[in-house]
Amino acid sequence: MAREIGEAGDAKSSTIKKHKRKKTKKESKTRIVHANILYDHAKGGDNPNRHYANNKIKTTKYTLLSFIPKNLFEQFHRFANVYFVFIALLNFVPVVNAFQPELALAPVVFILSVTAIKDLWEDYRRHRSDKEINHLDCLVYSSERCYVEQYWKEVRVGDFIRLRCNEILPADVLLLSSSDPDRLCHIETATLDGETNLKQRQVVRSFIDLFDPLKYNSVIECEKPNNDLNRFRGYIIHRNGRRDGLYKDNLLLRGCTIRNTEEAVGIVIYAGHETKAMLNNNGPRYKRSKLERQMNVDVFWCVIILLVMCLLFARLRNNKYWIHITHHVTNMVTFFPFCHFYMGFICPLFLLCSQVLIPISLFVSIEIVKICQVFFIHQDMELYDEETDSHLQCRALNITEDLGQMQYIFSDKTGTLTENKMVFRRCTVAGVEYSHDANARRLAMYQEVDSEEEECLSHGGTLPRRESLCSQHSGKVVLRSQSTKSHRRTGSRAEAKRASILSKHTEKDITPDPQLLDKVNDCGSQMEFMRFHSQLLNQIPPDLCDVFDFFIALTICNTVVVSSPNQPRQKVSISSSSSLTTNRSSSQRACSSMLSSPSAESTLTKLNEEHFPGQGLQQAFSPVPPNYDQAKASAPDKCELRYEAESPDEAALVYAARAYKCSLVGRLPDQVTVELPHLGKLTFELLHTLGFDSTRKRMSVVVRHPLTEQITVYTKGADSVIMDLVRPPSGNELGKRQRKILFKTQNYLNLYAADGLRTLCIAKKVLSKEEYAGWLRCHLEAETAIQGREELLFESALRLETDLHLLGATGIEDRLQDGVPETIAALRRAGLQIWVLTGDKQETAINIAYACKLLDPEEEIITLNAESQEACAVLLDESLHYIQAKFLCGSSADPHAAKAFQQDYTALRFTGPPVCSPAFSGPSSPFLVHRLGLVIDGRTLAYALDKSLEDKFLAVARSCRSVLCCRSTPLQKSMVVKLVRNKLKVMTLAIGDGANDVSMIQVADVGVGISGQEGMQAVMASDFALPRFQYLQKLLLVHGHWCYSRLANMILYFFYKNAMFVALIFWYQFYCGFSGSAMIDQWYLIFFNLMFSAFPQLITGTLDKDVSAETLQELPQLYMSGQNSEEYKPYMFWMNMIDAFYQSLICFFIPYFAYADSNVDLFTWGTPITTLALFTILLHLGIETKTWTWMNWTSIAFSIVLFFMVALCYNASCPTCYSPSNPYWTMERLLGDPLFYLMCIITPIAALLPRYALLHLTVLRTLTIVFMYESVCKYSFWHP
Amino acid sequence: MASGYNAKEEDGHRAGAAGPGESASRSRKPDNTAFKQQRLPAWQPILTAGTVLPAFFIIGLIFIPIGIGLYVTSNNIREFEIDYTGTDPSSPCYNCSQTYSWNSTTLCTCTLTFSLNQPFEGNVFMYYGLSNFYQNHRRYVKSRDDSQLNGDLSSLKSPSKECEPYHTNEKPIAPCGAIANSMFNDTLELFYIDPNETRTPIPLMKKGIAWWTDKHVKFRNPGGSNANLTAVFQGTTKPVNWRKPVYELDSDPENNGFINEDLIVWMRTAALPTFRKLYRIIQKKNNMTPTLPRGNYTLEVTYNYPVHSFEGRKRMILSTISWMGGKNPFLGIAYMTVGSICFVLGVVLLFIHHKYGNRNNSSDIPS
Repeated sequence: MAREIGEAGDAKSSTIKKHKRKKTKKESKTRIVHANILYDHAKGGDNPNRHYANNKIKTTKYTLLSFIPKNLFEQFHRFANVYFVFIALLNFVPVVNAFQPELALAPVVFILSVTAIKDLWEDYRRHRSDKEINHLDCLVYSSERCYVEQYWKEVRVGDFIRLRCNEILPADVLLLSSSDPDRLCHIETATLDGETNLKQRQVVRSFIDLFDPLKYNSVIECEKPNNDLNRFRGYIIHRNGRRDGLYKDNLLLRGCTIRNTEEAVGIVIYAGHETKAMLNNNGPRYKRSKLERQMNVDVFWCVIILLVMCLLFARLRNNKYWIHITHHVTNMVTFFPFCHFYMGFICPLFLLCSQVLIPISLFVSIEIVKICQVFFIHQDMELYDEETDSHLQCRALNITEDLGQMQYIFSDKTGTLTENKMVFRRCTVAGVEYSHDANARRLAMYQEVDSEEEECLSHGGTLPRRESLCSQHSGKVVLRSQSTKSHRRTGSRAEAKRASILSKHTEKDITPDPQLLDKVNDCGSQMEFMRFHSQLLNQIPPDLCDVFDFFIALTICNTVVVSSPNQPRQKVSISSSSSLTTNRSSSQRACSSMLSSPSAESTLTKLNEEHFPGQGLQQAFSPVPPNYDQAKASAPDKCELRYEAESPDEAALVYAARAYKCSLVGRLPDQVTVELPHLGKLTFELLHTLGFDSTRKRMSVVVRHPLTEQITVYTKGADSVIMDLVRPPSGNELGKRQRKILFKTQNYLNLYAADGLRTLCIAKKVLSKEEYAGWLRCHLEAETAIQGREELLFESALRLETDLHLLGATGIEDRLQDGVPETIAALRRAGLQIWVLTGDKQETAINIAYACKLLDPEEEIITLNAESQEACAVLLDESLHYIQAKFLCGSSADPHAAKAFQQDYTALRFTGPPVCSPAFSGPSSPFLVHRLGLVIDGRTLAYALDKSLEDKFLAVARSCRSVLCCRSTPLQKSMVVKLVRNKLKVMTLAIGDGANDVSMIQVADVGVGISGQEGMQAVMASDFALPRFQYLQKLLLVHGHWCYSRLANMILYFFYKNAMFVALIFWYQFYCGFSGSAMIDQWYLIFFNLMFSAFPQLITGTLDKDVSAETLQELPQLYMSGQNSEEYKPYMFWMNMIDAFYQSLICFFIPYFAYADSNVDLFTWGTPITTLALFTILLHLGIETKTWTWMNWTSIAFSIVLFFMVALCYNASCPTCYSPSNPYWTMERLLGDPLFYLMCIITPIAALLPRYALLHLTVLRTLTIVFMYESVCKYSFWHP
Repeated sequence: MASGYNAKEEDGHRAGAAGPGESASRSRKPDNTAFKQQRLPAWQPILTAGTVLPAFFIIGLIFIPIGIGLYVTSNNIREFEIDYTGTDPSSPCYNCSQTYSWNSTTLCTCTLTFSLNQPFEGNVFMYYGLSNFYQNHRRYVKSRDDSQLNGDLSSLKSPSKECEPYHTNEKPIAPCGAIANSMFNDTLELFYIDPNETRTPIPLMKKGIAWWTDKHVKFRNPGGSNANLTAVFQGTTKPVNWRKPVYELDSDPENNGFINEDLIVWMRTAALPTFRKLYRIIQKKNNMTPTLPRGNYTLEVTYNYPVHSFEGRKRMILSTISWMGGKNPFLGIAYMTVGSICFVLGVVLLFIHHKYGNRNNSSDIPS
């Protein structure tokens, strides 16, 4: 149902979109924006922008007029509400002859109005916050030729607005001018994607000169509003017909904050609800939990029971005495036609009478309990992360109990299991490895010296190196025991500890490798010497040259922004007026400064003319680069510099380079300033940046080298990609050397991967001017293209990044998060299957998997690498047979067969302990073969996920203890989750932190986002957001278990309670001629569930703890009760029903016999029954409650007092009002009747005796491990 | 089901988007209170033998004596019951029961004789009992107008719709509705037959049989207590089955009209199809002589009320009363039964424990 609602919501939004589309279609397929100022005199009448939404936002759902109809309409989307209103309205059908039809409406109206009031209040809050936002000020260029302050809501599309530093953008604005000399504007997008680093936005190319709104007369044509934050396309058409492309780099999005830029001017493109931020703002999702689905089955059973009761009574009603009594009473013919008519209404009548059985309060109580559960989860201190000041967020409020029933966990690796804080660990340059042992030693200093750690490092070098190229042979199953690696694992706890210590230190602390440092220094001094003597630089030995280039690449081949911490968010480089050099070169830069693409003419001209070489050289070699600020130079230490990178790898590399005294000191769109040892500050002219993308898996910068004047391409990227692009020149000496380097580097790369490091390759390429010019032309064409621009740019980048010269490779460590191995171990003990789906390469993934104890060294690993569909099928078959053979062996059903299988599969690459070793025949459930890991790579996964193979894949995967999918795309991740969820019918949880996990998170039953460093997309898509992976343990094992067991028990109790109450009326029908009358007053009937018995069950449902948090953490096995739905099984429903019927029999017949043949009247007899039922129900709850706090006591006392107070007041209030059920003075009289008290004592005890005795017996018989554990704890506590 | 709770989320989201409204400096660290951390001091009852067995024994030990006490009390109550329906041809009322219908004009009387073997002491309550009469039928229970009975003049003239079809009979019916219409209208008189064959009528109290609140609060005559009832009820008509209008129910103005106690008692609808209603009270004379001495009595019945059509029975019951009401041994038996069951269960559990409980020693550690 929840999903349907979700779909409905989607449908609604799509209809809105359609509606909008229709509207815009009238005009055109794109949005055309003119400047408003041109149309000021026209008073809006023919302003072409008048159709666009204005900037007033209204997030409220209702207006004063539409509130009641709209709110009711929304509430009736819930089936239950419609059902209840229908029942209540039936009371008004005259033939049904309800006692007080208005009263039956009361609970429904109550529930509806409570929800309505809550909605109204929330809507009012939204209204207030809207108002606040709408009344923020901003500067808008007005017809008075100046900027005036206006409210946000008055901003229209086409307005020019001026933004100052630290202002928030009121709308999506196209940047036309910036006070920044580089025509840049820095924004912080934390509110949109959670990323705190600054992003550069760029003035539209045609407005490089000072911008004057009066002279503006261009037309902007761009896309219709959409919610893609990372896309904006369009062009600006100038009066002279010239078109310039517009990119997302030109657009400032609503909600972002202007930083580091004193002033910026832009034109509003999208306003109000059409801004990308607002379009991205969708509410939380609704899911329906497994427990609720189960419950609905039982609600259905209740309906069946009701119908059976109705039909039975309809049948019995024909009984003679009822006819006779009617005859006798009326003696009038008028009554008779009535009778038949009203017989047809017997069912509705009983529905009325028994509306208690499926009560409104059930749904309301569940809601309330869930809200409280969410509150408590929120408040848990142990789920609060001090470091980031964030705690768990529940974004989906109605699936808390699903947390207690998870069976499969799908986890991302980077950022989820690991910290995503990168530390530079090792590198290899020109085929020489620099192991940075000092780093390792320093790490060891943070803790007691960990000998195993040292061993690990030394051992790493001697590991057999597997050629990654060879490992991709098709049709190969690698079954190998990992015992050789066990030594590494034994230290993993220490490693985790080290990681936690390390995390206190940042990635900045890197001790340089002395050897490499020497080389860098050497190289620097040589270069300086040569520069000083105007010698040619290519006399430097190639390995030194490579070292130098390597560090330059590390420093500049990135998009890192430099800032200094004592001036947060302030760029180090200076603003416009401060430097003479800026003025001097401003005209020159004005035509050349472009982040990614200088305007075509100017660059080409520059290339061809090769103008002012002397000046250029001088500029490049000047000890003070043109953009260098004296004030900053005098800053105490360059350590003050802080680097803000979009990805943590980049920052790690820049910090690493700084350790070698190659530090990035400033970055402007057209130049990068680098400080080098001996050489001082060098400025590289930045010609192009080809950004990182996941398909190319690399990024490149094109710079003009200041020393050699060569146009150089530096490329940094994944080793698999770069290694393929490196082309050593064939034949000559240089080529031979290159091949050797290539070979060595590949070896080192494998080694790094085996150590769990993230590897990156650095390469360079020198372009001749002609080559560059040729490429540039194509590239510019691609950039200005409007159709298929992305594809063209991609191809253009491919053309550039070929025939590279390999410089070296880096190994970056991605640290495990705190407590990950422990968490995984605990979750696994809780019976959860954990799969890791990562985009990383196989070796890295496997190593991380070992580090976090996902794979066990004693475990066998099945590796699936296939090159084709057929190969994959064969592999899967083989593994399946192998597993079956082992399974047979494990169960020792047929040793011969097992042996035969074993022989069959010795052909497989199978290295490991003997199949039949006792280690494998340990405790194993029939389907799970323990101690088996499956590793599958992305390509094979694609084959395995094919329709024809998915069943086999699942069969293999489910028999493995852990599954590791490497190199998987986001889509594959979600496909895996979907496959497992749909085929195995299990509860799945997906946890991830990045945008690439979003699809997986959305597909899973419960999606958990890590609110880490990779932005907020995962959190936005998730149901729960955790600050750290390790909190998953408490969330699932403790809160999940509690939520599930509380809710399951509460639902069962609810069914019991209502069945018991309805059964009382049921029995009465035998004594009132099956007429449908009730001895329980209508008011009690309706308020019984709503008030009298509601609070204790809510308290128990919220606070009861069947097992303490400590025990749950210590004994993760307890979680299995939720997985197997042990707290709520179908038979329990029926057991509760039977118990309810028994108890109602007692509660009915004790008063029946006690008052048999007496002068008791209807309500004097019915009120004690109500009281007895209340006592019994409360006492029943008492038996079910495992933990009694003062709140339980209070709530029970309150319920009883409330009942008597209400009864006394009601019975004394009005002698004639509540016609016809007039219970005047009944309760008062009953309180003077000793019989009443006598019944109150005996009935609950008699009713609960069987349950109590049985419970006691079951406790005796099946002493659960919880009980044992807790007893032992207490025992040991007392007897230390 | 949770449609209502999205706003909180949206607000969170929007607060972020709104920016300036947010005070980011405040730490969001949860309070470390026992309540919020779910660490409230709690009592965890564990159903061990140590706690369960004593409970069973104590219940048993308390209930059995109570049961015996109740049983004895109930047995001390004198009760006499005589059926005068007249279904049996030998019964004196046979003729009346056969011939009678609502519309007959002649009175039919019958006389029954009975003897009390034991003297009745203290106040003796005289009941009439009806069986198989569904006064609790849904439509029947509704069929009354409390406002009218409370003396409301407008309701008197235009009774509630609930009274249909005994709502108007050309003129509005007072009191309206099926309950009033079917009011019990037999007259029962009791005579003590002396050993010397003289019949002494036993004085029967008409008043004091209804609840005080009913008589004084719930039921009132229209126009106050002093008004001329005949005039007040002008313009209304008697219920269809009644012989006399409501203002002629009794000669005593304190017991006439709507505050006639027979009417009030009848209007309090019985819970079960077999019921008795208080008819008269025989007050004790003095401490020396019993209210109803041993001996023979005659019951003179003016047989007006037909029960033959629904196979009902009519009884006259004489009963003394104790602190716990009329004669009913049930509760005593129930207490004794439950007490015994508890006791037996306790013994059985003790046995089970003794035999099997040893291996679970750790469980016996009290919480």
